[in-house]
Amino acid sequence: MRVPEIGEIRRRKQRLRIPIVILLAALIITAVVTCAVLGEGIAPDSPFRQRLEVGDTPPSPVHIAGTDLLGRDVLSRVIYGAKTALVGPIFVAVGAFTIATLLGLLSGYLGGFVDSAIMRCVDFMLALPGPLVAIVVVGVVGGGYWTAVLVLGVLFTAPDTRIVRSAVLEQRPLPYIEAARTLGISKTRILFLHILPNVGPIILAYVALDFAFALVNLAGLSFLGLGVEPGTPDWGRMLFENRNILFSNPVALLLPAGMIILTAVSMNLIGDWLFERFAK
Amino acid sequence: MTGSSLVLFVMRRLALAIPLLLMISFGVFALIHIAPGDPVHSLLGTRAPDPSTLAAIRARYHLDDPLLLQYGKWLSQVMRGDLGVSIQGNRAVTGTIADRLGVTIFLTLMSTVLVLGPGILLGAIAAFRCGTRLDRVVVALGVFGASSPAFVTGIFLLYVFGVLLNWFPIYGPGRGFLDRAWHLALPALALAISVMAIVVKITRAAMIEELARDYVTFARARGLSWRRILLAYVLRNSLIPLVTAAGLIVVGIVAGAVYVEVTFSLPGLGALTVDAIQKRDIPTIQGTTLLFSAFVVLVNLAVDVIYTMIDPRIRFGRVGS
Repeated sequence: MRVPEIGEIRRRKQRLRIPIVILLAALIITAVVTCAVLGEGIAPDSPFRQRLEVGDTPPSPVHIAGTDLLGRDVLSRVIYGAKTALVGPIFVAVGAFTIATLLGLLSGYLGGFVDSAIMRCVDFMLALPGPLVAIVVVGVVGGGYWTAVLVLGVLFTAPDTRIVRSAVLEQRPLPYIEAARTLGISKTRILFLHILPNVGPIILAYVALDFAFALVNLAGLSFLGLGVEPGTPDWGRMLFENRNILFSNPVALLLPAGMIILTAVSMNLIGDWLFERFAK
Repeated sequence: MTGSSLVLFVMRRLALAIPLLLMISFGVFALIHIAPGDPVHSLLGTRAPDPSTLAAIRARYHLDDPLLLQYGKWLSQVMRGDLGVSIQGNRAVTGTIADRLGVTIFLTLMSTVLVLGPGILLGAIAAFRCGTRLDRVVVALGVFGASSPAFVTGIFLLYVFGVLLNWFPIYGPGRGFLDRAWHLALPALALAISVMAIVVKITRAAMIEELARDYVTFARARGLSWRRILLAYVLRNSLIPLVTAAGLIVVGIVAGAVYVEVTFSLPGLGALTVDAIQKRDIPTIQGTTLLFSAFVVLVNLAVDVIYTMIDPRIRFGRVGS
């Protein structure tokens, strides 16, 4: 049995307490996910139906968030836009971290030549102005949304590899690794069954933070007209297409803009909380 | 550290920066070949494709040479300040860049001042009042700022202060210093907010750490005023992590400028880049990209050198090894 230290008061088994802000953030994310999944079921109107004779109108009982330049219902477009707002960032964050975890584990645990080769590449990529590279490459190569997802995924791999590597380096000198090595357990087994579960929480927290960052970046590329195809209901794209109707229907800009911030803030809060709670 | 070892350090950093610049320049050069379609037709743009024009373009960009030779010739032209000719209007890219540079420099400098001044101040206040309501408000604003890209905050600022309150102009870069500052106030603020959030976060964390150190307790015990302690010791030490993050800050401001210029329709380099991308004007894209990335690399180099001069531990610790 464990002997309590001097002055230590036996605490009751602590329940996981989730602060109210995090619950709120989780609620917002759930709402956005619901919109992305059930798009057609929830939206009051088709996001593609044009009413050129109506044009851009401010909010009214028929169109709660008004209509855009082509007379399309803004609220429906925002609800549909949840899909491109979520799918791309998920691919970027999960993709980047899958590769980064592999590279980081190898680099941190093996050290030596592998480590320095991987880290040189990472240093080079970190020295590049990432967001600018994304704009230029996606702009010149073309291909829109999925090119953007790919380019961002590659750019995110560099900082993520560094994060995983430093987490692995923290684990390496710990006694349990030494014990596992003494027992003659293979390197692959140590890496994936012993180190990986211990750096898992940090990775999870950073996946959430990466997601928020990818969301903002993808929306930005769409805002510059480089992301999704013209006409796609997408929050960033809506800011690009509706930028001239700020006077006639400001909601067409403020609603998607607000959704970008709200989703990104929620994801950042969740990521920060996961980090504080599980990774420290 | 003696003067000669500082020179050695600068040389070593330069030795790392030069290959980086070369690789970036190769990437920029390769854009013409990465772009979908035949390079000649990309460079032709809207001109009539008669054989003499095509031949002139092939000769101008050395398209008949092997790839590496093309790069070498292109690079030597770039070094001599020749960035090629824009597809639209047949104008020298350097000329267009020179026209647009002023707005971008003004905008980025203005928001750098905003980022560093209020950013450091807010971070310092939050750290000094750590745990109070004020601190929590600053931290919450920081999370908001960090999650709000410049083009989104820009739209909100434009609507609230430009359209609703009508305090600031919503179009154009303005003429003369004061008028320009007034026109660029909202764009500079939009650009500053997201980067400011990083600065506040770093300053606050560093300062909280410094405030808990023994030398602060000792200085208090000797009866030094808080003002003296904060300004002379704590702030100075807290700024070191900020210098380390300077690269992040510079990239944030430069890339953010692209978005802000598009949001506020400002005739700067960022808007020029986006416009060139939409019109597939490769020489202009190459010119601005090269300028932006060279700027970022050189600022990082300068920061590294300044860093070693500010913090003696770096000089004595790492340089020798």
